[in-house]
Amino acid sequence: MSALLEVSALSKRFGGVQAVADLSFTVAEGEILALIGPNGAGKSSVFNLINGVHRPDSGRIVFAGEDIAGEPSYAVAHRGIARAHQIVQPLAGLSVLDNCLVGACYGRDNLSISAGRAVVHEIAALVGLADRLDMPAGALTTAGKKRLELARALCGRPRLLLLDEVLAGLNPTEIERMIEVIRAIRARGVSILIIEHVMRAIMSLSDRVVAINLGRNLAEGTPQEVANDPAVIAAYLGDPKLMNVSAAGTA
Amino acid sequence: MTVSADIDRKAPAEQHVHGDAKPDRAAAFPASRFLFPLAMVAVGVLVALAPYLSDDVELRESFLLAAVYITLASNLNIMIGYAGYINFGNIVFFGLGGYICVYLATSWHWPLPAAALAGGIAVSVLALAFGAGILRLRGAFFALATIGVNQAVQQFVANFEPWGGATGIYLSLDAYEPLGGPMAALWLIYFLLVAVMVASLLLSYAIKTSRFGLGLLAIGQNEDAAGVLGVRTARHKALAYSISAFLPAVAGGLFFFKSGIIEPVGAFDLTLSIEAIVMVMLGGCGTVSGPLVGAFVYEELRGYLLTSPTVSQLQLVIAGALLLAMVLFAPGGLVGFLHQRWPRTRAILQ
Repeated sequence: MSALLEVSALSKRFGGVQAVADLSFTVAEGEILALIGPNGAGKSSVFNLINGVHRPDSGRIVFAGEDIAGEPSYAVAHRGIARAHQIVQPLAGLSVLDNCLVGACYGRDNLSISAGRAVVHEIAALVGLADRLDMPAGALTTAGKKRLELARALCGRPRLLLLDEVLAGLNPTEIERMIEVIRAIRARGVSILIIEHVMRAIMSLSDRVVAINLGRNLAEGTPQEVANDPAVIAAYLGDPKLMNVSAAGTA
Repeated sequence: MTVSADIDRKAPAEQHVHGDAKPDRAAAFPASRFLFPLAMVAVGVLVALAPYLSDDVELRESFLLAAVYITLASNLNIMIGYAGYINFGNIVFFGLGGYICVYLATSWHWPLPAAALAGGIAVSVLALAFGAGILRLRGAFFALATIGVNQAVQQFVANFEPWGGATGIYLSLDAYEPLGGPMAALWLIYFLLVAVMVASLLLSYAIKTSRFGLGLLAIGQNEDAAGVLGVRTARHKALAYSISAFLPAVAGGLFFFKSGIIEPVGAFDLTLSIEAIVMVMLGGCGTVSGPLVGAFVYEELRGYLLTSPTVSQLQLVIAGALLLAMVLFAPGGLVGFLHQRWPRTRAILQ
C-alpha cells in the first residue's frame, strides 16, 4: 500500500506548550488510521496542522507526493483533505442543503451549483440527512449536526477524511449507525484519519492505531497491539474498566 | 477517482429512492429563475415611466432619491447581508464616484455616461486595494476601519485643490448642454439612475444564486468553517467589497452631476451611510428584495416626515426608533417577516 499522507517530524509550539513534538505517522491509501491519546495529547492540533488552520514550526506533511505543510485551509481542501470538526461548526442560518453545497462546490472538484446539488443529494442519502435538506442547519439535533459535519466534508469528494470525535455526544444507537456510515465511506475508497475516544469504535473500525502523548509518538500497531501496549495503558487506558471495554470490543 | 465515478452513477437513483420530497426549486421550475429578474426589470420600467408619462416632476424627484437609496442599500447588502461584514463607511463609494465623475465631466469634458462609468471602475479598483487590507479585520474593528476610510478620504478631498478643496466643484449650466439642456438632462439622468437601480438588484440576485455568493453566505455564517470547506475567504471578501463599490460610485456620479455641486461634507455624509444600514435592516438583511422594500419605505417615510409640520424635527429620532423596533421584533426585516409568516413567499420573493 502506498502512503497517501506522510507526516514526518512534525512539531508545533503554542507559547509555552509543545502541542506536537517530532510526530511521525503515515496513512495508507484506503486505510482507516485511528489517532488516540489522552486529553491534551495534541490530537486536534495535528488535525489543525494538516488542514492548514495552523502552520507547523517544523516537519513535513506530504499528501499524495506533495508537501502541503503551511498551506492555507482552502488550498488543503482543494487538494482533497476534508474535515469534520469535534465541535460542530454548522453554517447555522443556511439550510442543510446549502451547507453541503458549500462543501461540494468548494471541495476537490470546483463543482458548479447544479453539479454540486447532485453530489449533495447522494451524500445526504448516505449519511441519513435526505429528509432534512430544507431545514436550517441550526435547527438540527446534536446527532444531526454531527452528521452534517460528516456530510459537508464528504461532499467535497475528499481523498482523505479527518474525523475529529464524530461519535462524541451520540447515544449507542446513533454510534452504531455512524460506524456503519464510516464503513460505507471507506468502502468508496476514501482514506480516513480518525480521532476518537469511543474505544469500541476504534477497535472495530480502524486498521491501525497510532497512540500519542504530549504530542509525541507513543505506540503504533493493530488496535489490539496498541490496546495491550504497556506504555499506552499507562498513559491512556490506565483505568481497568476501559481495559474491559476494549477487550469486549475486540472479542 | 473511483469515488467520483461512483457518485455520478448513483446520484439519480438515490434521489429517486429517497423521494426527495422538496427538490430544489430552481431545478424543478427553471422558469422561476427568470421570474424574479423579470419582475425587477418590470419594477424599473414602471418606476421610470410613471413620472414621465404623467409629467410629474415632484414624483420624479421622489423616485430619483428612492433609486439612489435602493442602489446604496442593495449593494451594501452584499457586504452586510451576504458576507456578514458591516460596512459603516459605505457612502465613501458614492462620494468618491461623484467626485471622479464630476471632475472628468467638467475639467476633461468627458460625456456623462463615460465619466460616471470611469468613476465606478476607479472606485471599484481602489476598493479592491483597500479591501485587501481592512478585510483582515473582523466585526466591530472592520466597521470602525470603514468609518476611518470614509473620514480619511473626506479629509483628503477637502485638501485636494484640483477638486476645489473644501468648497468643492460647481457645475455651470453649460455642462448640461451636451445632454440637450438642463430640462432634458434631468430626465436622462433620472432614467440612468433607475437603470443603475435595476442593475443593482439584478447584480444582487446574480450573486445570491451563484457559487461565489454561496461562498459569501458561508463566510457570513462562519468564516473559519468556510475556509476549512475550501472557500478562499480573503479573495471572496475583497471581491465582494470591490463589487459592492461599483454601482454606488456610478450612482454618485450621476447624482452629483445632477445636483450641480459636489463638496466634501455632502459627498461623504456619514448620516446617509447609517441611513443605508437602516434601509437594509428595515427591508430584510440578506434578501435580494429586502433592500428594495426597505429603501423605498424609508424614502417615502423620510419624505413625509420632512414635510410634515408637526414631526419635521423628529425625522432622525423616528428613524432611530424604527431601527430599534426592527432589530428587536423583526430582525429579518419586512421581507424576513413575510418569509416567516408565509414560508411560501420564500420561493417568490428572493
